[in-house]
Amino acid sequence: MSAVTVIYALLFYTATSILVGGVAYKVFVYARTPQPLKIPTTPAPTTRTGVVWRILKEITVFESLFKSNKWIWLFGWVFHFALLLVLLRHLRYFTEPVWTWVALIQPFGIYAGFGMLIGLAGLWARRFLVDRVRYITNLSDHLMLALLAGIAASGLIMKYLTHTDIVALKAFFLGLILFEWQPLPTDFMLLVHLALVATLMIIFPISKLLHAPGVFFSPTRNQIDNPRERRHVAGWTAENAGKQTG
Amino acid sequence: MAKAEFLTPELTEYLTVPHVRAETMAHSRPFVAKPEHQESVGYPGELMDGWEEKAVLKLGELVRGSRALQVFLDSCVKCGACTDKCHYYLGTSDPKNMPVARQDLLRSVYRRYYTFAGKYFPKLVGARDMTKDVLDEWYSYFHQCSQCRRCSVYCPYGIDTAEISMAARDVMDAVGLGQKYSNEIIGKVHKIGNNLGLPGPALKDTLEGLEEDVKEDTGVDVKFPVDEKGAEVLVITPSADFFAEPHIDGLIGYAKVFHQAGISWTLSSYASEAANFSMFIGSRHNLKKAAMRIREAAIDLGVKRIVVGECGHAWRVAYSFWNTLIGPFDFLDPNYPVPQHICEVTYDLIQRGALTLDKEANDDKVVTFHDSCNVSRASRMGNMPGGQFIIPRAVIKASVNKFHDMAPDTIYEGTFCCGGGGGLLTDDLIELRVKGAMPRMQALKQVVDEYGVNYMAAICAICKSQFTKVLPYYKFPMDMIGSVHGLVSTAIQLGTKQ
Ligand code: SF4
Ligand code: SF4
Repeated sequence: MSAVTVIYALLFYTATSILVGGVAYKVFVYARTPQPLKIPTTPAPTTRTGVVWRILKEITVFESLFKSNKWIWLFGWVFHFALLLVLLRHLRYFTEPVWTWVALIQPFGIYAGFGMLIGLAGLWARRFLVDRVRYITNLSDHLMLALLAGIAASGLIMKYLTHTDIVALKAFFLGLILFEWQPLPTDFMLLVHLALVATLMIIFPISKLLHAPGVFFSPTRNQIDNPRERRHVAGWTAENAGKQTG
Repeated sequence: MAKAEFLTPELTEYLTVPHVRAETMAHSRPFVAKPEHQESVGYPGELMDGWEEKAVLKLGELVRGSRALQVFLDSCVKCGACTDKCHYYLGTSDPKNMPVARQDLLRSVYRRYYTFAGKYFPKLVGARDMTKDVLDEWYSYFHQCSQCRRCSVYCPYGIDTAEISMAARDVMDAVGLGQKYSNEIIGKVHKIGNNLGLPGPALKDTLEGLEEDVKEDTGVDVKFPVDEKGAEVLVITPSADFFAEPHIDGLIGYAKVFHQAGISWTLSSYASEAANFSMFIGSRHNLKKAAMRIREAAIDLGVKRIVVGECGHAWRVAYSFWNTLIGPFDFLDPNYPVPQHICEVTYDLIQRGALTLDKEANDDKVVTFHDSCNVSRASRMGNMPGGQFIIPRAVIKASVNKFHDMAPDTIYEGTFCCGGGGGLLTDDLIELRVKGAMPRMQALKQVVDEYGVNYMAAICAICKSQFTKVLPYYKFPMDMIGSVHGLVSTAIQLGTKQ
């Protein structure tokens, strides 16, 4: 077993634990924290089904963003949709046999890599070209874009230029899952790609990537507009809520 | 403060998004609350020793108790979608008035003390220590947010800068740095029952005067009852309705509506205020304490329904928070929603044919409607989402012949704030108020030019006062602004139905 294999095996165990543990912890914190008052941004749905529909629209077609700014929407949506396809396509490296639907999206998944890059390029360009967005951009925002672009680019390079031993790679990951380690191919581009992915996994729970779980917990989006019909109490409004002085 | 010297923004043909001009409003800060104002609302009199630590602790406490803050502070991706949505940015070009930048004033401190990235890589994520400079910046720019929630409509995660502003003001109050205007007013509500500090006898006098005026005008005995036990409806209205123009026309309108519908009603001298400025400063205990007077008055007077007059943030507090804070309302008539908005009441009566409205009486007016922020984006009327847009317009259209809406992206949930909400309706912030009104004035100008609009109706006491003040800066007559129930009042034909 080469040192590289050991290092990457440990890296992916660590990254996965941090990603899963960190996000689970954040979700736990969001779920545990009370929302004392009703603050949906209205007009808001008056039923639970309506709220599910509202959030579904937010996470699939980015409804609010669409209302807000067509350029950000376009680049953001292209990036996220492409990312989804790419992630799904990558399931083929972690499953044996490969599920039929994963095999079916394979061709789209490959082009989606370009979609990611185009989306990222658009978003990144805005950070330089639009003075308002330039003003609010921190170094970390550039690094995040660089990381994502690096992942997409290194993936595409492997696909089209410096092919890697994909069978051995799959054996490595299946080995990680089954705790029977297999050697990792050591081409440079693959090691870069995997290192960047692991980095992304590690910083996920401590970065703005928390918008992914956050969107489900945002009270302005997930609360039902029914304060007159149903008395809502939580957190400080639940203290002494039953005993009014009047 | 010396007479403010600044340029009123030009109204161009279309609203354009300005380029960033840093620090143009850094000098804008409201008067600081005096120790007695601070103490009347339960806060330390002046900036305390060791305030830095106290502020950080308070911030942590607030975030732990609010899912909104927790999620909002983590989730912003700096996409920039909100950057051109705030009327204060559009009117001032100061980048710290972009919603995300305003949030970042607080987020940077939160990150520094409560997140891994901020503790170990502060530069990378823009985290900052809580210093006097930061506090000064908070005081300035968290008093340049009218908590209108327009940004939250357009943010992909619904991040509501209003929540952040409220938290920031709460933190500042907790260490002894409060805003004079809001805190003085809240103190008056606790002591006397309304924002104006108008005691019971004075209130009764005013209302008697009104009865005489209406009698003179119409020949009909329209009552303005106070503290009438056993009345069916308790009306809770902003105290500005008692004597400020054009608010008072609204109050006369409510009285005429109740009169014609034959509904007995009363005001309360104990709870003579719908406004609850505690929301603006994010103060829980003041919010509940001020609201509790209303529950007490309702029980004391033995009313069956509570109806709220024309006021934006008050309607938010009433509609969204009352049931939580001072409910349950099991002592009231379950056949009516609690609370009800006066527009809902009038609308229902119109639907039932209980009011006689002569639209021609308003034929001198070409009317538009200004959706108030808190009504539009933080509450509802009627039983369907968006009723808060439909119902007031239906009431207006039943009272006037000529009505034209302003541009679609400046009304409904996209409405532009009047520029004076959120505890900013004070002369020490006049520059901000004038500049922040620009987007609304822009939209108004369009309908003035196109349709000859000469009357902008609103259902918010703050909007009405703010517009009265800023309209002249934009060369519009100050009496262009009016109450929705002022229109009803003119149209209603008393004596035709009894
Ligand atoms: S729209 Fe929302 S996520 Fe985007 S920058 Fe503004 S606050 Fe942040
Ligand atoms: S709540 Fe309104 S005033 Fe405050 S930042 Fe958002 S848009 Fe601006």
